[in-house]
Amino acid sequence: MAWTREQMAERAAKELRDGFYVNLGIGIPTLVSNFIPKGMRVQLQSENGMLGMGPFPYEGEEDADLINAGKQTITELPTTSYFSSADSFGMIRGGHIDLSILGAMQVAENGDLANWMIPGKMVKGMGGAMDLVAGVKRVVVVMEHVAKAKDGSEDPKLLKSCNLPLTGTGVVDLVITDLGVFSIDKKGGTGMTLIELADGVTVEEIRAKTQAEFKVALGGGQASAA
Amino acid sequence: MDKVYSDAQAALAGMVKDGMTIMAGGFGLCGIPEALIEAIRDSGAKGLTFISNNAGVDGIGLGRLLETRQIRKMISSYVGENKLFAQQFLSGELELEFNPQGTLAERIRAGGAGIPAFYTKTGVGTLIAEGKEVREFDGEKYVMETGLFADISIVHAYKGDTEGNLVYRKTARNFNPMMATASRLTIAEVENLVPAGSIDPDCIHTPGIFVKRMVHVPNPVKHIEQRTTRKRAEAAPAGAGEEV
Repeated sequence: MAWTREQMAERAAKELRDGFYVNLGIGIPTLVSNFIPKGMRVQLQSENGMLGMGPFPYEGEEDADLINAGKQTITELPTTSYFSSADSFGMIRGGHIDLSILGAMQVAENGDLANWMIPGKMVKGMGGAMDLVAGVKRVVVVMEHVAKAKDGSEDPKLLKSCNLPLTGTGVVDLVITDLGVFSIDKKGGTGMTLIELADGVTVEEIRAKTQAEFKVALGGGQASAA
Repeated sequence: MDKVYSDAQAALAGMVKDGMTIMAGGFGLCGIPEALIEAIRDSGAKGLTFISNNAGVDGIGLGRLLETRQIRKMISSYVGENKLFAQQFLSGELELEFNPQGTLAERIRAGGAGIPAFYTKTGVGTLIAEGKEVREFDGEKYVMETGLFADISIVHAYKGDTEGNLVYRKTARNFNPMMATASRLTIAEVENLVPAGSIDPDCIHTPGIFVKRMVHVPNPVKHIEQRTTRKRAEAAPAGAGEEV
């Protein structure tokens, strides 16, 4: 069985460490906040100008002046601070944020990421994604393994090289899909390695749905060429 | 000289000319200077370039100026959630320049601080870097981006004193402080107007030097784009749970 959105978020939460400052993207990455282990101190950053993001407010307690980067109403915590967008991206670009978890359209085996634009379609803009992947210490992508078209056909999203316009070059450290987990050696240039399988998923199934080349090193063992 | 004007229309009277570049604070609909946007609509000025992270939504914020076709160009990082924007862009009426959000924020900060250009690693190797100087520092590539400076900036603050000192509230701060510094004429609308001396000088976010004109807009209607809430746990005893 492939992982559900919740299971993907739960797996992504294993990348959190005590004391981390973390930026979560919109969609599945947002769910990661539901799986922060008890007792672990993690501060969530919202790039519109807030550290220490709290949960959604109770009905009737929404504050139009208090939103996250997805424009959702949220709350503050005892640890919260507010700052300008320039300070916020200073934090991001300056390498002060430990972890960014975000979605993607395509990831290449060298760590290139595309997640903001499909040529020919109305482009909404990159928002803060380019700054996050360029500046945050560790970048984790959470996405479906393949893109499903309306006619039922499937296109691989893990590619030898992205064919959509890039968000960043050589920026992704880890990819969590509904089928498994891949690490990418973005600095060393030794490519992509499959390190975990979702329950009941085989290496063969993944190979059939992946265009990128990857090594296999399950359970922390020695890598073997795929 | 008194910085406080009777209303937004008076503060902008005779100042907005066709073809001007205007910065408008806010993130989504949070912290947008709505009264001043309406006054720009009333000025009738056309062919305006707006520097703003977003373009409002249909009928709210800068969406109002799209309805009246007063905007020729937007410099933004994200313009979703606006059908009229998409329509005008696809028909070629509206020009659009995308900036990564952090690059946009820094271009405005730099413009206000007298810095003509800077290098950033954001966007290296992407469409954003095309045609721009790329330079290597300590073995890493950076792209050169230029500072931004506008004819007029309109910002929204929670509190302001008669000297023009401003305080923002929660995430309504966003782009407002940088934009206040990066124009020839910065106009602030404030929810609470107080006499000089009533704000702790240690707690001022924007010093009054940057603010040339002000208007008092008490109890503005604030809009929420995504109203998200959680249920109260029915049986939870008082003091339990994560609420703070």
